[in-house]
Amino acid sequence: MSVLNTKELRIIGFLCNWCSYGGADTAGVGRFTQPTDLRVVRVPCSGRINPLFILKSLLGGADGVLVSGCHPRDCHYAEGNFYARRRLELLKGFLPVLGIDPRRFEYTWVSASEGQRWQHVVEAFTAQIHGLGPARGWPEAPELEILNAVAR
Amino acid sequence: MRIGVFICHCGSNIAGTVDCAAVAAKAATYPDVAYATDIMYACAEPGQDAIIAAIKEHQLSGVVVASCTPRMHEPTFRKTVERAGLNRYMFEMANIREHVSWIGKDIEANTNKAAELVRMAAAKLRLNKELKPKSFPVTKRLLVVGGGVAGIQAALDAADAGLEVILVEKQPTIGGKMAKLDKTFPTVDCSSCILGPRMVDVAQHPNITLYAYSEVESVSGYVGNFDVKIRKKASYVDWVKCTGCGLCTEKCPARKSYDRFNEGVGPTTAIIIPFPQAIPKKASIEREHCRLLTGGKCGVCAKVCPTGAINYAMEDEIIEARVGGIVAATGYDLIDWKIYEEYGGGRYPDVVTSLQYERMLSASGPTGGHIKRPSDGVEPKDVVFIQCVGSRDPSIGRPYCSGFCCMYTAKQAILTKDHIPDSQSYVFYMDIRSPGKGYDEFTRRVQEEYKARYIRGRVSLVYPKGNKLIVRGADTLMGVQVEVEADLVVLAVGAEAASESAKLAEKLRISYDSYGFFMEGHPKLKPVETNTAGVFLAGACQGLKDIPSSVAQGSAAAAKAIGLLSRDMLDSDPQIAFVSANRCVGCGKCIEVCPFKAIQEIDLRGQPKAEVIETVCQGCGLCNATCPQGAIQLSHFTDNQILAEVEALCRF
Repeated sequence: MSVLNTKELRIIGFLCNWCSYGGADTAGVGRFTQPTDLRVVRVPCSGRINPLFILKSLLGGADGVLVSGCHPRDCHYAEGNFYARRRLELLKGFLPVLGIDPRRFEYTWVSASEGQRWQHVVEAFTAQIHGLGPARGWPEAPELEILNAVAR
Repeated sequence: MRIGVFICHCGSNIAGTVDCAAVAAKAATYPDVAYATDIMYACAEPGQDAIIAAIKEHQLSGVVVASCTPRMHEPTFRKTVERAGLNRYMFEMANIREHVSWIGKDIEANTNKAAELVRMAAAKLRLNKELKPKSFPVTKRLLVVGGGVAGIQAALDAADAGLEVILVEKQPTIGGKMAKLDKTFPTVDCSSCILGPRMVDVAQHPNITLYAYSEVESVSGYVGNFDVKIRKKASYVDWVKCTGCGLCTEKCPARKSYDRFNEGVGPTTAIIIPFPQAIPKKASIEREHCRLLTGGKCGVCAKVCPTGAINYAMEDEIIEARVGGIVAATGYDLIDWKIYEEYGGGRYPDVVTSLQYERMLSASGPTGGHIKRPSDGVEPKDVVFIQCVGSRDPSIGRPYCSGFCCMYTAKQAILTKDHIPDSQSYVFYMDIRSPGKGYDEFTRRVQEEYKARYIRGRVSLVYPKGNKLIVRGADTLMGVQVEVEADLVVLAVGAEAASESAKLAEKLRISYDSYGFFMEGHPKLKPVETNTAGVFLAGACQGLKDIPSSVAQGSAAAAKAIGLLSRDMLDSDPQIAFVSANRCVGCGKCIEVCPFKAIQEIDLRGQPKAEVIETVCQGCGLCNATCPQGAIQLSHFTDNQILAEVEALCRF
């Protein structure tokens, strides 16, 4: 599907239902204007997110992936976000190995009351992805060098 | 599959920045979409009827509604499709209001985004399965955490409705902040006269079990069947034997202990009964002040106790209980007023907090209801009240209005005049906020009848001069600087969430905002529910409120709990994990990660396999992401369903 040619990039968000999806709703209710690039996939818990989802998104053409869950210790399911944190941190370290710029993937914590924080997260991440530009599939030599530098 | 798509205008909420007809036209081209239309208000009765009619007319087998957040109306539309004969889980929502129309004004981008969200929802719906709930029995017992006026009201209402109630209170007595108040606004009626009988009702009610001086240790389980551990703190007094005679408190030699109930206005003993009307009226020893427990020498209370109730070897006790629902009513605390160095709180003895002043006014307080300056015991003539100490101040991270300070300051000014007729009160205020029944009349009365001088402006400095305090501030209405010679300065200290509210929220698995107040299910429509089924909120723990509102919310929380626990059986949410036995290798990783112990190992023809206990699983999907085989899948959020959403975005 056209992403409104060059105006938007393809950014996918995986949000836990209880905190961050609620936070995004709170941002909407508060009319906190945000860039339109992000598309949200609702999942019950950040612990539900298989790193595979993020990889599939990035390999399938997404320019950026944002994951957000409940703040640590405040998980609706007690400890799901602790598992998420470990998995996602590992994934982030692993992305350069796959030739993916790790800056294309971020994870964060936003509670259901933090509408304004959600706005800031979306603005900052969207700006970051626009700074990187569209993903180009497998990287070419110059980008590999950058990736190696980031990995170091 | 035949999918019907309904794009809601929500009046102009969505249609204002999204071309709904264009979204519907685009949706009609998506795979399996048999019917797509836009609709004015999908949730209104005509809207729901139109959905039902379309399901029947076009033989739809699944429905996508693109409207507001599913956290708002998913249950509504699930019932709608159910009324049309579909399974309620053959339904998906696309959130094109909170996530699209309300956060951007670019119609082209919004329309495109809305269409894509609908594509995602439709792609997921194609893989939805019909799900049916299981039912499980409910424990008809309610836990109320916090014995302030909100918790008392909730406990009494629930107990009167026939529920067993467990009331847990952190302090040695129930009553909360209201018990500390002398009078209440706007009627100036005696606080303990109206609260006292309620407290007695709690003690005498056959359905209420009160655990005072106790805290919630842990909570496990789920709606209908929470398993709660309560830590009964060691009071070093056997409350079965204690008659509350108070002999021990008279004889205790540790007379310099901090008096928590009286906000430190006067000292107290190490063994205390907080106040005469305390419920339960039992003595307890504060360990850090007791000479025997800290120094090993004393034992006076044990010698004088006529019933031999003192037990220095007492230890904390853990009580376990199963309850069907929980009401959190943990109230508030005052913010730390000492951070305002300019007011001299904590430095000058004659600068007191509003709650300390309340104890001075109270006939049962340490001064016997006589207003005396803490420094020299002299009756003050000029009393200055400073409002908004810690309220509406972003610089200390408290930008909100505490809500009740304007009113209690007005009340305290009236009481000051009543106690000391030749006194003069001055009130430095930012705005007078009195939106309640009879409230504004009250704040007028204090100025017109009681001649309190209201000065609109902030105080910049309080400093001592002789035996007086000079309060320097601005009068912004006159545009001049003013200085008032005061005998006593009362700080109207703002409130914040109770100090350990975040810890409790984590135990109850409910959300709290950045100030520590618990999050209600919906700011308007679910003011006492939380997003955790079976947990309800009452009183100031949800957001600051005065006594009438706290009582109202206590009753509301009780009504919700009664509604829940009036049922014998509850339906479990069928969005839970399930195991494909032929893919499961029996590694047990899912059993390890499950936070609810909802997965057990079974033996299937000699092979170990995982099995989900259906009424225990809460549907977090942690096991799903852990399983190396993809054998355990979360219904309604399977790997394939989530990947279908991703693919709907990425392939094109």
